[in-house]
Amino acid sequence: MESVTFLLIAVILTALAFDFTNGFHDTANSMATSIATGALSPRVAVAVAGVLNLAGAFLSTEVAKTISGGIIDDTKVSPVMIFAGLIGAILWNLITWLAGLPSSSSHALFGGLIGAVWVGSGGSAVRFDAIMEKIVIPALASPVVACLVALLATYLAYVITRRISGRTVRKGFRAGQVGSASLVALAHGTNDAQKTMGVITLALISGGVLSHGAGPPWWVVLSAGLAISLGTYAGGWRIIRTMGRGLTDIQAPQGFAAETSATAVILSSSHLGFALSTTQVCTGSILGAGLGRRLAHVRWGVAGRIAVSWLLTLPAAAAVGGTAAWVADQGDGGVALVAGVAVAAATGFYVLSRRRPVNPDNVNELPAPTAEGDTVRSAA
Amino acid sequence: MDIEWGSLGGVLGVSLGVTVVVVVMFSLGVAAWSRAESHAGRAGATRHGLLHRPGAVAAAIAVVCFAACLAVAAYGIDLIVPG
Repeated sequence: MESVTFLLIAVILTALAFDFTNGFHDTANSMATSIATGALSPRVAVAVAGVLNLAGAFLSTEVAKTISGGIIDDTKVSPVMIFAGLIGAILWNLITWLAGLPSSSSHALFGGLIGAVWVGSGGSAVRFDAIMEKIVIPALASPVVACLVALLATYLAYVITRRISGRTVRKGFRAGQVGSASLVALAHGTNDAQKTMGVITLALISGGVLSHGAGPPWWVVLSAGLAISLGTYAGGWRIIRTMGRGLTDIQAPQGFAAETSATAVILSSSHLGFALSTTQVCTGSILGAGLGRRLAHVRWGVAGRIAVSWLLTLPAAAAVGGTAAWVADQGDGGVALVAGVAVAAATGFYVLSRRRPVNPDNVNELPAPTAEGDTVRSAA
Repeated sequence: MDIEWGSLGGVLGVSLGVTVVVVVMFSLGVAAWSRAESHAGRAGATRHGLLHRPGAVAAAIAVVCFAACLAVAAYGIDLIVPG
C-alpha cells in the first residue's frame, strides 16, 4: 500500500509539473501576436492569459473523461506508465521550449503515454487507428484550415482599411486584439487543463483510489487549474518570440485576423466533432496572416523547423516515455531514479536557457541567427 | 481508416464564415469610425462644433459593426462555457 501511495504522489506531482509546462508552452498561442503588435504589454498579456486559463479550467470538466480513453487501452494502464508518459511529455516540452518551438503539448502527452504503455503492456494496448484518426490527421489538417481562414480574413481586413490612416487602423485593431486574444486564452483553458485532470483522475482510478468512471475530485480541478495558469503566467518567452516575431512580421490587423481565425477554428472543431490541436491551429493562423498581407515576409525556414518539431513530437516523447517506463517498472527505486534524472534534465535545460535568456523585456527583438544555431545544438 | 471529410469541411466552412464576418465587420467599423472622426474634426473647426450629418451616420455604422462583432464574441463565450 505504501508503495502505491508513493507512486501515486509521484504521478500527481509529475502531472502538475506537466500542466505547468503545458501552460508556459501555450501562452504563445493566445498572446504572441498581441505582444508583438503592442496590443498588450508582455506582462499584462501573460497575466490576462493566466487568469483566463484558470477560469477556463473551472468552466468545463467535460473533456477530462475522454482524453485518456481513446488512444490507449485504459484497462492496461498502470500508474507507473502514466508517470513515465508524463516524464516523456515534460522533457519534450522543455526541449522544444529551449529551441523556441511551438510544439503541441497534447501530442507530447499522447506520445509519452503511448511509449510507456507500449513498453509496459505491449503494442496491442496501443490503438493505432485511433492515433491516426485523433492525432495524425488533425495535425495535418489543423494548420492548413487555420492558415486558409486567416489568409482570407487578413486579406479582406487590409482591402477594407487601405484608405484609412495607419494610426487609426493600428489603434482600432489593437483594441480588438485584446478581445480576440482573451477568447483564445479562455478556449485554451477549457481544453488544456482538462488533460491533466484526466490524467490525474486516470491515475487515481488505476491506483484504486477512485472507482471506475468517476469524475475528477475538486482538489484535482483546483490544482490542475492553478498549475496551468501559473505556467501560463510564467510565459514561455522563447516560443512567444518565435510565434510573434520569428514566423512573420505581425501588424495589428493581422494579429486580430489570426486570433479571430484561431478562435473560430478551435470552437467550430470542438463543436463539430473534429478535434484540432490548439498549437497547430494558432501557428497556422499566424502563417496565414503573414501570407494574407501583401509583401509581408514569411520566414519559411522558421516554419519548416516548427513543422519538423511537430513530426518529431510523438516519436520523441514516446521514446523518452518508453525508456522511463522500463526504468520505473523496476520498483520505487526506478521511479525515484527517473524522477531524479528528469529534475536534473529540467535544471540543465533551465541553465542552458539562461545563457541566452528571453524575457518580457526583449521578447519583441528579432531572434539572432547565432542564437538559433546555439539552441539547436544544445537541444540535440 | 476513413477521414471524415464532411466534418472537416464543416469546420473549414463554419470557421471561414464566422471569421470573415467578424473581421470584415470589425474592419468596416474601424473605417467608419475613422470617417466619423475626420467629420467631427471638420465640424468642430467650422460652425457649431456639432457632428455633421455624414459624421453621425458614420459613427452609427461603426457602432453597429462593433456591436455585431461583440455579439459573435458573446456567442463564442457561450459556446466555450458549457451548460
